[in-house]
Amino acid sequence: MIGRKQLIIEDAWCKGCGICVAFCPKQALELRDGKVHLKDDGQCITCGLCEMRCPDYAIYLVNMEE
Amino acid sequence: MPSELIHRYMRIDHLPQIWCPGCGNGTIMRDVAAAIQELIDDPEKDINRDNIVIVSGIGCSSRAAGYLDFNSIHTTHGRAIAFATGIKFANPKLNVIVLTGDGDCSAIGGNHLIHAARRNMGLTVIAFNNNIYGMTGGQYSPTTPDGDVATTAPFGNVDRPFDIANLASGAGASFSARGDVYHVRETIDIIKEAIQHKGFSLVDVYSVCPTYYGRKNHKGSAVDMLRWQKENLIPTARYYSMPEEERAGKKLIGILSYNDYPEYTEEYAKLVKAYRKKK
Repeated sequence: MIGRKQLIIEDAWCKGCGICVAFCPKQALELRDGKVHLKDDGQCITCGLCEMRCPDYAIYLVNMEE
Repeated sequence: MPSELIHRYMRIDHLPQIWCPGCGNGTIMRDVAAAIQELIDDPEKDINRDNIVIVSGIGCSSRAAGYLDFNSIHTTHGRAIAFATGIKFANPKLNVIVLTGDGDCSAIGGNHLIHAARRNMGLTVIAFNNNIYGMTGGQYSPTTPDGDVATTAPFGNVDRPFDIANLASGAGASFSARGDVYHVRETIDIIKEAIQHKGFSLVDVYSVCPTYYGRKNHKGSAVDMLRWQKENLIPTARYYSMPEEERAGKKLIGILSYNDYPEYTEEYAKLVKAYRKKK
């Protein structure tokens, strides 16, 4: 994880549409069992594009300073 | 615990929302919340949460009034703009935002749309345009492209589609724009402009309906439909820098028409004042 932001996934709200996975510029996400997961390869740059396009508000960044 | 934006502006006890996986409506509803948040948080803008009213009609899109945590009213089919007109007239200080669908605003409520545009009533109308009647089972709507299939057009739709942004502009809307669900940042900025515009503003936001429109017309998954938007809907700056021949078949995302006609409730108040003086 880079920077002071952290990616949070709200499992129960994810409907597995795959939009965040497809448009992640670093291919840092994957679908497993119909839910989105962050891959373990440390590719996430916390750009927030997943949060902007998720129609279900199931993936988002939080500021760790708070 | 959802993100701060969702926590602040949505009724989280009603979430997750009921829309299908990949439905663009959730993204548009977030765009509206994000646009409002940015306006409220900007000390230079005079937008106050208590002055915002969300009005919706009937259809998939119109459930948004139930999820957004503002003064909100979920009205009858096609009549959202009519209710909104009444609210604006009763208290012209309010920022009245209508969330409606392509069928709700251009078929059942088509007359309300064109006359509110003609009068330049100070409303902001956000049309969640998914090219189909989703809630009732995939019947073709006024924005279903000709040749496309729907449950009521199993051999292809013969009707020519409306372009809602151009329809509103033709009817006299003083602000008409187009957004989509792929270009999120651009669409939020367009919605912000629309909310701040004094007269009638309409934003035709192209949604995606993978369940009824996409599946019936072999458009692929929600991801494929968003890729289509990425390639065929072009933000303003890039659109105008493209050579003419490359623009063929592509549509502009941005503000399509704009003018500063006087706003209706202000003109009406002037009339009342002038008449009272004479008496």
